[in-house]
Amino acid sequence: MGEVVVLAEQRGGEVREITLEALAAGRKLADKMGLNLAALVLGSVVEKLAEQLSEYCDTVLLTEDERLAQYNSENYQRVISHIVRERSPRVLVMGHTSLGIDLAPRLAVELGFPLITDCIDVEFLDGRLYATRQMYGGKLNARVSAREADGYILTVRPGSFHPSKAAGKGVVVRLAPPELGGEARKRVKGLVAPTESGVSIESADIIVAIGRGIGEKTNIPLAEELAKLLGGVVACSRPIVDKGWLPPDRQVGSSGKTVKPKLYMALGISGAFQHIMGMMNSQLIIAVNKDPNAPIFNIAHYGVVDDLFKIIPALIKKIKEIKGMK
Amino acid sequence: MGLSARIVAVPGLWLALDIIVCVKYVPDVSSTELKVDSSGRDIERRGLNYDINEWDDYALEAALMLRDKHGGSVTAVSIGGEEADRVLRRCLAKGADKAVRIGDTRLNVNDPFTVAKVLSAAARKMSFDLILTGVQANDDGYAITGPAIAQHLNLPHATLAKKIEIVDGRVIVNRELEGGVEEIVELDMPAVITVQSGIVELRYVSVLGIRMAMRREIKVMSLDDLGLSSEEVGEPWIRVEELYAPRVERRVEFVGGSPEEVATKIVELLKRRGLL
Repeated sequence: MGEVVVLAEQRGGEVREITLEALAAGRKLADKMGLNLAALVLGSVVEKLAEQLSEYCDTVLLTEDERLAQYNSENYQRVISHIVRERSPRVLVMGHTSLGIDLAPRLAVELGFPLITDCIDVEFLDGRLYATRQMYGGKLNARVSAREADGYILTVRPGSFHPSKAAGKGVVVRLAPPELGGEARKRVKGLVAPTESGVSIESADIIVAIGRGIGEKTNIPLAEELAKLLGGVVACSRPIVDKGWLPPDRQVGSSGKTVKPKLYMALGISGAFQHIMGMMNSQLIIAVNKDPNAPIFNIAHYGVVDDLFKIIPALIKKIKEIKGMK
Repeated sequence: MGLSARIVAVPGLWLALDIIVCVKYVPDVSSTELKVDSSGRDIERRGLNYDINEWDDYALEAALMLRDKHGGSVTAVSIGGEEADRVLRRCLAKGADKAVRIGDTRLNVNDPFTVAKVLSAAARKMSFDLILTGVQANDDGYAITGPAIAQHLNLPHATLAKKIEIVDGRVIVNRELEGGVEEIVELDMPAVITVQSGIVELRYVSVLGIRMAMRREIKVMSLDDLGLSSEEVGEPWIRVEELYAPRVERRVEFVGGSPEEVATKIVELLKRRGLL
C-alpha cells in the first residue's frame, strides 16, 4: 500500500505536540520515498482527534475500542501489529516518549522491523533508512543506519521536528480492531499526580541550578548562598534528585519543571537534552562547566569554562562587596 | 486459621523472588572531553574509566531491596570481555548472589537487538521471577534492550519504573510519565521491568566488599552454552555509521580570566541587566 504511519498520542482528549512533530518527521520520509503519510489514532471515542489530525496527513487511520481508552502496551501492541500486517507500512513513527519507549522495542522484535530511537533527524538514501541521534549524553551525534527490512520503526525526540499542515485534508479510514480478548497480564491501575513540597521554582525570576558537578550534597549550601544573595532559588538537574539531595519539585527538565526565569545560572550541569527542554526559554543563561564541549554551552548566552568551586566563591565574594556586606 | 490459609492471605511473607539484573559497563564520560577515533564510528576509548551503567546500578539496587524484603536471589548478568568482570564484581560486592558473564568475541555488543536476543537466551537457562535492567544506557541511550527481552521471552513488561512492589504474587510498578506524572501498572510474574534512575538511593560499595568479591566466581557462558549460532547474532539490526561532534551554532560568549575577573564580569553583566 505504501505508507508511513505515525502513531498519535493524546492527553486529555487533545493531540500531543509530539504527534505533530512525529508527523513532520514522517512527512519528510514519505515525500522522499513517494509514500502516503497516515496518522494512526487509537482510543475509545477519538473521532475529534482524527478530525484534528486530518490537517496534517493524507490518511487518518482510526480504531476505536473501549479497551483502548487508556494506554496499555499489550492492547496497543496487538492492534498495531495487526494493522501493520494488514497494511504493510514501510515506516512506523512514534514519539520518544514514555509511550514510545514502552511500545516500540516490542513491536520491533515482534515484526522484525529495525528500530532507531530518539531520532533528531531522519533520512532515506539509496534505499536505506538513516537517522541522526545523540549519544554520550548529547556530547556526540551519531548517524545510525538500519539493516534492510520490510519495515522500520523510528521514535523521534520531542522538539526536533517542526509541525506543518498538509496541503489538503486527509481522509479518515476506520479500521476494525482485532480480537482483544485473551489473558491480560498487564493491568493499568491509574495515574498519580506529582507531589509538591513548597518552593516554586516556576515562579522564580532568578534560578541557580546545580548538576552533577556539585559533587557532594555538602556543597549545596554554597549554591544556596549564591541564590540567596541574588534573590533567587536553587533548582537542579535530574541526578541531584535521583541522589535524594533535593526534592523532585526542584528538578528542571522534561521529567520535572519547565522554567523561564530572567536569569538561569547552570552550575556543573552538562546539559543533557532532557534538562535543556526545561530551561531553554530562560531570558539569560549563564553556564559554568569544566568541559568546553558540554552541551549546556550550546544554549547558554554566557559561558565560563572553569571549576565551579573557584567561580562560585569568587562570585559570592564580589556580590557581597558591591552590596557592602563583609 | 491454618497455615495454608495464612499463606493465601499474606503470600508476600513467603514468596521468594529470583531476580536477574542485566548490567552494562559503560565509559564514564560525564566530565570528560570526548574524541572520535580513527574509524569515525566509535569514541577514542584510551584513558577512559569504565563503570556500571547508572540506570543498571539503580536496577541492581531495586533488585537487592526486593530480595532483602521477600527472600530469593539476585543474579547479575553482563555481556562482554573480561573488562565486564569489574562491573560484575561490583554487583557482587553490593550484594548480588551470583554473577554471569556472556563472553564471546563473535558478539556485537553495540546492537541493542543482538544484546536483547543474547540476554533473553541466557534468561531461558535460568529460573527467575523478574528481570530488571536500566531504562537506557549512559553511552548509546537507545532504551531498547529491556522491552525487547520481554518480547523475546513473551513476558509482560513495564518501563520507566520509579517504584516496584510485590503484592499478592503480582508486581505493581509506578511508571514515570512526562512532567512527573506516574502511571500504576500491575503485572503477572514472571515479568521484565526497566528501572528509571532515582528509584531508590544507591548504596556505596566498601573496599572490603570489593576485595571479598574478587574471590567470588563469575560464571562465563558462550554463545554455544546459550544454544545460539553465530548466524543468529551475526548481522546487527542497527549500527552507527558515523560519530561526530554536533554542528551547532553557538551564541555563547565565553567569559575568561581568573575566577576574580570572571566574577567581576558576571556581576557587571547582572547589574547591566538589572538583576543585581
